[in-house]
Amino acid sequence: MSHSLASPAKPLASASRTSSVGDVVFAAIAKAAGVFVLLLLGAIIVSLFIGGWPTFRAFGMGFLFNADWDPVQNVFGGAVPIYGTLVTAVLAIVMAVPLAFGIAFYLTELAPSWFRRPVGTAIELLAAVPSIIYGMWGFFMIVPFMAEWVQPPLIDALSDIPVVGALFKGPPFGTGIFTASLILAVMILPFIAATMRDVFQTVPAVYKESAYGLGCTTWEVMRSIVIPYTRVSVVGGIMLGLGRALGETMAVTFVIGNTNRLSTSLFGPGNTIASIVALEFPESQAGSLKLSSLLALGFILFVISFIVLAISRTLLRPGAK
Amino acid sequence: MSATTSEGEMAGPKRDPQVADMLSRRRQRSNWIVKALCILATTIGLAFLALILVTLFWLGFGGLQWTVFTEATKPPGSHGGLINAIVGSLIQTAIGTAVGTPIGIMVGVYLAEYSLGTRLGNAVRFVSDVLLSAPSILIGLFIYQVLVNPFDGFSGIAGGLALAVIVIPIVVRTTEDMLRLIPVALREAAVALGAPKWKSIVLVCLRAALDGIATGVLLAVARIAGETAPLLFTSLGNLNWSLSLAQPMSSLPVTIYQYAGSAFEDWVQLAWVGALLITLGVLALNIVARVLLRPRA
Amino acid sequence: MKTLSLALVAMLAAAGPVAAQQITGAGATFPAPVYAKWGEAAKAAVGIELNYQAIGSGGGQNQIFNRTVDFGASDAPVDGAKLAEQKLLQFPAVMGAVVPIVNIPGVELNKLKLTGEILAEIYAGKITKWNDAKITAINAGLALPALAIAPVYRADGSGTTFVFTSYLSAANAEWKAGVGAAASVKWPAGNGAKGNDGIAATVKQVKGAIGYVENAYATQNKLISTQLKNKAGHFVEPTLAAFSSAAASGDWTKAQNYAVDLIDTAGATSWPIVSATFILLPKDPKDAARSAAVMKFFDWAYTNGGKIASDLEYIALPKPVQDAVRASWKSEIKG
Repeated sequence: MSHSLASPAKPLASASRTSSVGDVVFAAIAKAAGVFVLLLLGAIIVSLFIGGWPTFRAFGMGFLFNADWDPVQNVFGGAVPIYGTLVTAVLAIVMAVPLAFGIAFYLTELAPSWFRRPVGTAIELLAAVPSIIYGMWGFFMIVPFMAEWVQPPLIDALSDIPVVGALFKGPPFGTGIFTASLILAVMILPFIAATMRDVFQTVPAVYKESAYGLGCTTWEVMRSIVIPYTRVSVVGGIMLGLGRALGETMAVTFVIGNTNRLSTSLFGPGNTIASIVALEFPESQAGSLKLSSLLALGFILFVISFIVLAISRTLLRPGAK
Repeated sequence: MSATTSEGEMAGPKRDPQVADMLSRRRQRSNWIVKALCILATTIGLAFLALILVTLFWLGFGGLQWTVFTEATKPPGSHGGLINAIVGSLIQTAIGTAVGTPIGIMVGVYLAEYSLGTRLGNAVRFVSDVLLSAPSILIGLFIYQVLVNPFDGFSGIAGGLALAVIVIPIVVRTTEDMLRLIPVALREAAVALGAPKWKSIVLVCLRAALDGIATGVLLAVARIAGETAPLLFTSLGNLNWSLSLAQPMSSLPVTIYQYAGSAFEDWVQLAWVGALLITLGVLALNIVARVLLRPRA
Repeated sequence: MKTLSLALVAMLAAAGPVAAQQITGAGATFPAPVYAKWGEAAKAAVGIELNYQAIGSGGGQNQIFNRTVDFGASDAPVDGAKLAEQKLLQFPAVMGAVVPIVNIPGVELNKLKLTGEILAEIYAGKITKWNDAKITAINAGLALPALAIAPVYRADGSGTTFVFTSYLSAANAEWKAGVGAAASVKWPAGNGAKGNDGIAATVKQVKGAIGYVENAYATQNKLISTQLKNKAGHFVEPTLAAFSSAAASGDWTKAQNYAVDLIDTAGATSWPIVSATFILLPKDPKDAARSAAVMKFFDWAYTNGGKIASDLEYIALPKPVQDAVRASWKSEIKG
């Protein structure tokens, strides 16, 4: 760990000895800090797993598929929040990705160069807005809008059609899975857009120029050169957004309707793991099965985020193709 | 790829000019459609930001009185302010930053300077990335389990420490990235002067990377200043003026959460004021961070 | 780094106002408005500053079991065995009423008539439109739209829910068998909201919504409450007189740990959903001074808080009950 170059001058020799002590100490501190971070994450996972263990033992794998959350009977199944977490996150991705792609395309290929920085910054600022603000904005602005203008006509028009109708049934609360997904989409939009823009910029100019030289339109260059070149990283960026959508708490809690029933309707209420933990953790008694079930859900959320992040990292790693 | 130019003239050998013309027009048309859609997408993105800001100003600005900064939160109907929440947020953010930054910098130093190619280094880097995007509510749960429940109950210090866990990976990431940007020549110069490695890191590399690291710290501050979920189970909230770190402590995001969900008009109004303040603060920090970073980029 | 933040805190402390004796409580949102007003008045009168966090009764019970707060508050009484196990003293603070609130275009304050039976069927998802025959049958003269009913319930563990579901169980056997009465139940229909506040806010926003809140939340927010049919068969409006009539019929002498039953009492003018709300205080306090401050606070509230309570349409405890609680403090709390 000490520096390898021998100090030629005599006066420096003694300094070198004391400084090698300094080097060892400094390196040890740096290493300790690294190990601390490892232990910290380990402790988080272990504390969630130990806390959730009674639930895993009591219900086994059935916990993942049981939609019953009944505090009176002391029966807990994680299916509703797990389903809510996955569905809201996936719907959010479905809504955000086309927009993010458009923004990234605009920022890398279409916008006049003086315009790129301010627009890019503005989009990035969207990512900086705290999630509680999204929740509040969603509750006071989007929810009434949905309840008044979007849901009633859709429910009236579609709910009597078989199969499809099931997706739009129920009273127009304005809250629910679809509204939560919409807010999540706005929140993850800047993340995905920024990642896409950054990876689009890694495409060597010479590739694009040769395609333009052949007479390709901008869209053809995008479709045939940029997207194939960056495909893997783009998916990585989308996964990064997915990871964020999965764990979002405050914005979702405000608008999802906080209900532990499985609902087929997109306008129906639901819960996500993060929102059920935020709501029900404070009242769950130490040692109770309910507390254990919430911690088990926390553990499951961590595992899901962990997997999504691991995939995203592998795909975004420089040189991954 | 057809060899037609954008003007639609025939450039390739022996092609039916009419077909080529039609093809070209179709290609141009899809190009225009995609361009228009992209501009629309960008407009929608910007519109969301504008909509949020306009809402905040519209609903928050009217309640922005001077008593917001002089009075503590009060029961509904008594015209309270937010000073305890503002100060509570400042204190917990300060603790989070003060505890998280040095650890984060040391981890970043370890990753950039000591860990190259080692297994431990890769593990730490991966774990730090996991922490960076770990759901913040789980960090709150963790601190509740290890600090709040076994010890003395909800406290400002527990809130601050939960925020520190969020600060660490942000600072790790920027520190490592910035240290890697330091030119080798600079390190060599330091070593040639006989400086030990740790001195060259602290006095040369970290100093050279200071702007970048400061940016990272600012972004971390901006992030934790708006965090609600990790504080719910750690500092709980406090209706009164309290500076004791051992007691439950108020914070702007938690107060906004409580007030926004309430049905009292004056509380909702204060929630909008709080929302306006925190958003402006966080956005300002972000803009400052970007300005700081600009000369390097 | 800690010294840095401590220095910062010290700096801020020097600038801020002087802190009084502070006590932290958490729990029921049901009495939160009256605790907040009491807290404000008691700070001026006896120098005790109450930090009451309305996190729900379930949360209040749990936090005092964990001793993370000085006292817990719950509308759902804790049973005797649990109290003994957790070494807690339970005593009532004040009484209040739960009222249904609705948001139906064209329906004004206390005009809509409902029964426990109908409420149970609405919350069971069996009655889904406001112009359902069962509702219109008892509301002649009221134009009810063909609007979908959106039931709103408490998503967090709540004493208000306990009181409300106790009433539904008393009114409807099917509810009693299928869902039951508890601080959180498995709701067959509707959307969840957090706290009495959250229900009030959601009902305010959603057309066709119905919810249940402590009366103060309805009056302070000018929400549309309804009439209810009481045990004697009369439709009554939610007024302080109707609440007091129900409260007066409670038999405290039979109640274990003060857990008096005020649901669906017999009086001709009684409001059917009335409840006491309780405080949970450790018998072996970690910090005796803080527990003493809690008792001092409620002692002050019993003696001087009646006016504040009735202004918010809560009902103060009868004098004999107050005295019995004071005696319990003396005999049961170490300190």
